[in-house]
Amino acid sequence: MKEKGKGISSIGYATGFFGGADPNQAEISIKMDGTFDLLMGTSDLGQGCKTAYRQIAAEALDVPVESIALNNSDTDFIPMCLGAFASRATFVGGNAIIAACEDLKRKMREFAAPMLEAKPGELEIGDNKVFVKGNPEKSVGMADIGGASNFGGAYLIGTGAYIPPGPMSPDPKTGAMPLLSAAAFAACVVEVEVDTETGVVQVLKSTHAYEIGKAISPLICKGQINGGAAMGIGMALSESAHPYWPSVDFPADTLGDYVIATAADMPVEDHYEILEVPHPDGPYGAKGFCEMSSNAQIPAITAAIHDAIGVWITEFPTTPEMILRALEDKER
Amino acid sequence: MGKYIGQPIPRYEGLGHVTGTTRYVDDVSLPGMLYIKALRSPVHKGIIHSLDVSAAVNMPGVAGVITAKDIPGQNAYYATDQPVLVKEHIRYKGERIAAVAAVDEDTAQEAVEKIKLDIEEQAPVFDPFEAMKPDAPKVRPEGNLWEFNSGRRRVLRKGDVEKGFAEADEIVEHRYVEKMNDHAPMEPHVAVAYIDENDRLAIHTVSQARHFHLTQLCPVFNLPISKVHLIGGTVGGGFGGKNEMQCEHVAGVMALKLRRAVKFRLSRKEDLLYSTKRGAFVFDYKSGVKKDGHVTAHQVRGVHDIGAYHTMGEYAVEKQCLYLAGPYAVPNVWYDGHAVFTNKPVASSMRGFAVVNVTYASEIQMNLLAEAIGMDPWEIRFINAWRDGDTAPTQWKVVAAGLIESMKKAAEMDGIELPEHLKAMSSRRR
Amino acid sequence: MKYTLSFTLNGCEVDVLVKPNDTLLDVLREKLQVLSPKRGCDTGDCGACTVLLEGEPVRSCLTIAMTVAGKKVRTIEAFTSGEGKLHPLQQAFHEHGATQCGFCTPGMLLSSISLLEKNPKPSREEIVEAISGNLCRCGTYLEAVEAIEAVANGEGKE
Repeated sequence: MKEKGKGISSIGYATGFFGGADPNQAEISIKMDGTFDLLMGTSDLGQGCKTAYRQIAAEALDVPVESIALNNSDTDFIPMCLGAFASRATFVGGNAIIAACEDLKRKMREFAAPMLEAKPGELEIGDNKVFVKGNPEKSVGMADIGGASNFGGAYLIGTGAYIPPGPMSPDPKTGAMPLLSAAAFAACVVEVEVDTETGVVQVLKSTHAYEIGKAISPLICKGQINGGAAMGIGMALSESAHPYWPSVDFPADTLGDYVIATAADMPVEDHYEILEVPHPDGPYGAKGFCEMSSNAQIPAITAAIHDAIGVWITEFPTTPEMILRALEDKER
Repeated sequence: MGKYIGQPIPRYEGLGHVTGTTRYVDDVSLPGMLYIKALRSPVHKGIIHSLDVSAAVNMPGVAGVITAKDIPGQNAYYATDQPVLVKEHIRYKGERIAAVAAVDEDTAQEAVEKIKLDIEEQAPVFDPFEAMKPDAPKVRPEGNLWEFNSGRRRVLRKGDVEKGFAEADEIVEHRYVEKMNDHAPMEPHVAVAYIDENDRLAIHTVSQARHFHLTQLCPVFNLPISKVHLIGGTVGGGFGGKNEMQCEHVAGVMALKLRRAVKFRLSRKEDLLYSTKRGAFVFDYKSGVKKDGHVTAHQVRGVHDIGAYHTMGEYAVEKQCLYLAGPYAVPNVWYDGHAVFTNKPVASSMRGFAVVNVTYASEIQMNLLAEAIGMDPWEIRFINAWRDGDTAPTQWKVVAAGLIESMKKAAEMDGIELPEHLKAMSSRRR
Repeated sequence: MKYTLSFTLNGCEVDVLVKPNDTLLDVLREKLQVLSPKRGCDTGDCGACTVLLEGEPVRSCLTIAMTVAGKKVRTIEAFTSGEGKLHPLQQAFHEHGATQCGFCTPGMLLSSISLLEKNPKPSREEIVEAISGNLCRCGTYLEAVEAIEAVANGEGKE
């Protein structure tokens, strides 16, 4: 028999290192032809920081994304990134990029001033050029800035860094630690089908709303939302490194035993939307995202299983054996 | 929407991915490169009395063998007591004791099996509740409970839980058990190390935190940062598992000793069994709720099984404090959180680190509280949801709250008609 | 004892010296420097080593190299034409966001290409079945299904 059930969850997630003071640096320079080199220390694990960083730099300089080359490869020349963890890369790295771009813009205004017969304070940067405020026709393009500076004995390079407030340890008596870069939120509705003969749970439908401050790179966000769902489903229903924990018997030593979600485990119907409540300190209001997309499904699936078969199984992974035992216990 | 941000542009390295030209660390192959396999502890706990690598050293095809005595600097890399290669005290099955570099992995593995190891096996402890008892076998000399600045548990006290329980109309107590996960990225751990033309140690790495790892590696190699560089930034999945090193230190020490390029990669089996894990959590929640839906108190006891060494295990217990009550304004929260050592692989960061764990427990607890007062699960969440200016258990003041808006949107998308009084609520005001 | 293995790789005849227990994955990556098939598990569980053997997706980590003698093997490199044009599925995966870390992508693409070569208008169930043996920890499954459906419906065709 197949029983359907629906469950909800609503969650929050934190951006940044607990205790704060987790820094990033950024470096951006203009090349001979007016394109740009952006150097960042963040490792891209697939979470898409390379893509988001270019978009942030393009926005800050008002130049096309295609003109920004990004390199994050060798510690010999990449600026510091404390690490791609704690969902911090966009928030901290993004703010460092904005600072580096402001530094570069200041230097470009000073460099271009004589070319435009104006004072640096009278110049603006936008639309891939430097121009006189109120008179955009009087301008010099980035290609000319790049050529004139690199071949003219100047080195226009912007550097920036960002460090959240901290460090702070929790108060020994109360555990208080009031620092936090940002918190993002999500709500999730999941519909499952429980096969009461085999104990297998199939997620039929999932609906997510993620509030993340600002979606810098929506296609990347989509990948994180749906990709996180796959990990959430695996954690909820099948992933166990030590299945007999706390015993260490029969630890999972192949991907046949450590069962992660496949394409067949994903819901046939999947909907999501991104909401934006801009964060005052985030780059363009972004809060940071990525880890949290694997959190909401797990309690929602537990609630959906309860709705389907009337039992609260509050242990994960909730395996078929546990479902069948719970149904047996319910019978007695 | 900005001009460039908010645009759904495809991924920077996407064309490399779809043409198969993206280069990962295992794609790096250098002239004369050797392959490393590790000798790993066959027991969960023990003392190494002797180690004889001579048969391995002398095997044809073997270029070199390293043990603890070959570490040029300090034999520790994250926790001050976590060795690169174990000298004496084994704390979990699979800990590295020695490493062999040979012409190929089969030869290296054969040589590993020739190493003579004399270990006195000792009684391990696997259950953190057993490990917490005073007479439990000691995983480490200082005892099995991590010392926070509040004693041998993380203390969090907000408000007065007894008062909160007294105000409640219903009390719900429940235990939540959350087992271990592995990151299981499609790319297992791997590193390639070599001495470059400027006599500098270069390491191709899968690290998620290269600058952080440089500060850990340089003391191992006894080299300044000017003599070491890490090359990476393109990783085949991390999920927190590559915040810790499994290969870079060993590969670097071997490259320094032999002045040859070396590759050290974990098989999927080694990666699943021995690399860092998401450690198990057990939460005991006691919560109070009024008939009108306001949650008055949570009293939480947490036990986190952090395995054999502390790297980020104790940090997990601290990090989860923010969300002990979920994203909800609960005035009274009491927490005793334990980070307990056991003779298991190290528990460290994994996606959602510790927050996914406390979220699981606190979210289901909200459903149980709703059941206890006969309230709809949406309603109890709306009533208690953080608004701007609310205070988290850690005393963080909520900024840019978005929970209510997320719930409204999810309900709307799913065709759920929420009652008007919930739809009228907002994160901007209580 | 080594043997000469001759087979067709991405349209070219190759001859390579192999041991009897070399897998096709070993030979492709270590002897022929074809790096797109990945070593994700070496036990046939993950599909990152997928190649097309006579048109069928197979686990190259479980294929003894000598068994492909005289046969046709294709990796993802076969599908980028000389003029730098991509197969419609490669373009679609890129544009629909069906890649993240990229490690599983070559294998998943080959499973998809093989599906559409045999079944140009698959149902959603058939698409899911075809890629259900390609594990993706980043979870690109929904985008991959979307990309394959789009190409089956004519996206990217000349």
